[in-house]
Amino acid sequence: MSQRPKTPRTHPRASSIFDAYALSEIRRAAATGVYDIRGGGAKRPMPHFDDLLFLGASMSRYPLEGYREACNTAVTLGDRFAQKPIELKIPITIAGMSFGSLSGQAKEALGRGASTMGTSTTTGDGGMTPEERGHSTQLVYQYLPSRYGMNPDDLRKADAIEVVVGQGAKPGGGGMLLGQKINERVAEMRTLPEGVDQRSACRHPDWTGPDDLEIKIHELREITGWQVPIYCKIGASRPYFDTALSIKAGADVVVLDGMQGGTAATQEVFIEHVGIPTLAAIRPAVQALIDADMHRKVQLIVSGGIRNGADVAKCLALGADAVSIGTAALVALGDNDPRWEEDYQALGSTAGCYDDWHEGMDPAGITTQEPELAQRLDPVAAGRRLANLLAVMTLECQTIARANGKSDVRNLEPEDLVALTVEAAAMARVPLAGTDWVPGQGTF
Amino acid sequence: MCGIVGLYAKRPAFRESLGAHLATMLVEMSDRGPDSAGVALYRPTTTAGTVKLVVYGATDFDWPALKTALAGAVDPEVGLEQRGNHAVITARASLEALRAWIAAQHPELRVVSAGEIIEIFKEKGHPRDVVQHFGLEGLSGSHGLGHTRMATESAVTTEHSHPFSTGRDLCLVHNGSLSNHNRLRARLKKAGVDIQTDNDSEVAAGYLAWRLAEGDSLEEALERGIGELDGFYTFAIGTKEGFAVLRDPIACKHAVLAETDDWVAMATEYRAIAPLPGAEQAEIWEPQPGRIYAWGA
Amino acid sequence: MIEIDLSQNALREANQRLQAVAADDNARRFLLRNPRGAHAVAAGLKAPIEVTIEGHVGFYCAGMNQEADVILRGHAGVGLAENMMSGTVRVTGNASESAGATGHGGLLVIEGDTSSRCGISMKGIDIVVGGSVGHMSAFMGQAGALAVLGDAGPSLGDSLYEARLYVRGRVESLGADCKEKEMTAHHLDKLGRLLERAKVSANPRDFRRYGSARNLYNFKIDNLGTY
Repeated sequence: MSQRPKTPRTHPRASSIFDAYALSEIRRAAATGVYDIRGGGAKRPMPHFDDLLFLGASMSRYPLEGYREACNTAVTLGDRFAQKPIELKIPITIAGMSFGSLSGQAKEALGRGASTMGTSTTTGDGGMTPEERGHSTQLVYQYLPSRYGMNPDDLRKADAIEVVVGQGAKPGGGGMLLGQKINERVAEMRTLPEGVDQRSACRHPDWTGPDDLEIKIHELREITGWQVPIYCKIGASRPYFDTALSIKAGADVVVLDGMQGGTAATQEVFIEHVGIPTLAAIRPAVQALIDADMHRKVQLIVSGGIRNGADVAKCLALGADAVSIGTAALVALGDNDPRWEEDYQALGSTAGCYDDWHEGMDPAGITTQEPELAQRLDPVAAGRRLANLLAVMTLECQTIARANGKSDVRNLEPEDLVALTVEAAAMARVPLAGTDWVPGQGTF
Repeated sequence: MCGIVGLYAKRPAFRESLGAHLATMLVEMSDRGPDSAGVALYRPTTTAGTVKLVVYGATDFDWPALKTALAGAVDPEVGLEQRGNHAVITARASLEALRAWIAAQHPELRVVSAGEIIEIFKEKGHPRDVVQHFGLEGLSGSHGLGHTRMATESAVTTEHSHPFSTGRDLCLVHNGSLSNHNRLRARLKKAGVDIQTDNDSEVAAGYLAWRLAEGDSLEEALERGIGELDGFYTFAIGTKEGFAVLRDPIACKHAVLAETDDWVAMATEYRAIAPLPGAEQAEIWEPQPGRIYAWGA
Repeated sequence: MIEIDLSQNALREANQRLQAVAADDNARRFLLRNPRGAHAVAAGLKAPIEVTIEGHVGFYCAGMNQEADVILRGHAGVGLAENMMSGTVRVTGNASESAGATGHGGLLVIEGDTSSRCGISMKGIDIVVGGSVGHMSAFMGQAGALAVLGDAGPSLGDSLYEARLYVRGRVESLGADCKEKEMTAHHLDKLGRLLERAKVSANPRDFRRYGSARNLYNFKIDNLGTY
């Protein structure tokens, strides 16, 4: 008998929507019956600052010499009503992250690094620790729906108060800290039983809406003698209206956090499917400031996926006054460092991907309360690393600014930018490179 | 987000100064509503068979000419009172005929309210200025509602200001934020309700007018509304006879009610009620969530 | 007694003055007149002074109170004594929503009624209400005690942690994870002392106690219906 020729097989083809991640998640859900919780910000690809480019100098625009020809980076925040505005040496601050989600050592490192560079840190959903106040020359105190640890003494010790309406990872969600991380100290600060899974409220307990926020901000000013600036932090959602309403409510500074902004812990679906990208939020927010004649009078801080000086420069060019970093700061401290690869593998992950911060088993010792792990982080060395990152980001931003002829980083403007993709062009409202086309110019 | 106020005269003697008191209440709510302001004043000054229309025109509109034209075409004894850039037209005619004539002859005029006794004035600008612009302080009335606006999700324009009127002698003011108004708007438009803006409050007003047109009583319409309107709200509704107040079941938007022998008042904050005569001795209470309170209506 | 007429003096100056009083100052008793619904009256006090307010106030009266004794002869708006740390606040009339919200300590006494969310997120404050409380009272209450002589509206103690609730009248409904618990001699004693401190006369035996069932303390699929 003759042998039949072998039929060529088609190449195995994975589904683009039922990919490895989606399949594993369905299996996990089927096994546990509970939604997936993790830390960090949105991880899936979306238009971001890499899709924008600066034009630089040419025949019509002339650069500044590095070093000799100054490029100013200082920024003043909150001079609208406060008697003591915040003076930053660099336009990069450290975003709010709680003691509780982070170890005490990590909070100390953040304070050290930020203070070295003349910028501020921010407390998180757990209150102010004495160490934090001690190590940060400028400390912004968050005022959240949970009000964990809130008290007037700390309010008066703060250099600024940040009323948190929401954050980019979960606009509409409250804080979450699982039992593993609620040790004795955290429990005491938050007035919770040890080991409980903390559920935080998603709305403030005593006000809802910008008209009532106005009254609340007034109360906070009365309690602190009108001394310090009051920020309003919002997750990127309806940035034009949210910014306009923050101004009307009396905020000195608006903090806008895009969906790439991290969280200590929340449902994965919240992170990936609610809120809009940072890139899409900036121009509408700036437009609201301009329409209210408040641009540069009420300052705008942008956060959510800021990684380097180019990102900083682009945010400033689009109209922000400063940026805030969270994830990048943690990475500088040592989060997800390959030196702990063995431990990450034991946890079912790998360096660069580890985001189960809620479990409190962080090999880098940052998002944990376990003393043995937390000890792995040397706050002094880590603080130096953060200072280094901030210095590099600032220098990078200055390099770009000088190349575009600016003597002050805040003189960067949208016209210095072009986009590589149609989406980025539409979101940032800058032309597609090589054209004068700005897609999608509508109302906002 | 906004401030809302309401005032109802229990005794006829109080009607004389109703406009002045409503104006004071409105200005007290400026902080939470700096963008625009409006009032709906119910003024039973007309005789039976007379209809009343309030229209909004450009600043330099020729109102006397309009009066003359109306006298010729609709009613020789037509009344026209200019108040700022609004005008109150009274005529012995049907509302349909009057509206049709204006729509045909002066499509640039916008009808702000229609009925027998209601007068709505609303404008962009600070409440203090709006109140002056319309001479509210000198007007009498049986009852009235007012609104100061802090726009949330739609633009700041005169059309977007409250009160919204989508029925005869009917109006609504709203403090809060609805969450399902976009689909509802489409449904209402399909049912023939005239909705002009993308404002969530106008949808609530339109919903009410639709239910009343379908034969519901005010109470039935509001009960149904509790089920169909999603979001946070305190509503004050004006009808020819009086007004009603309703808070959503979650009730995060504050509201205060107060009553004396002379008046019943409602406001988003007590400080709007404090200046009223006899406020110190008034009975003061808070409307419960999901319950309809009504006076005269 | 130092009198300040708020219809003649700016609230900001009045508050600053009250906040500036030191514990050993001689002049420590104040009377504020004509608040006329103003907000944040006597907010941020931080010394053992006595402040009486005559008239109705707006939101956040005595907000974040520390050590002071505040007496309000009138009604209060939203957030009365919110985040109070210590001291006492007493109201002869009614209070509005979120009375005593997130309070950490001290004693809040409301002789009349409060509306919704009385004691929301309470963190150690003691609250005694002579009348009734509205819906969602003691929502997410973490610590402290709430005693209500009248009735409680729907969803009392929803998502409760360790705050203790005592109600003498009718409870319209209990919130998620809140259940009735036994009144032992220990609780009767504690409640009795609380009522005494509040100068409210009522028999502890007429009250029922409510507390957390502690089923929502850790995430479980079986609790899906409550989430």
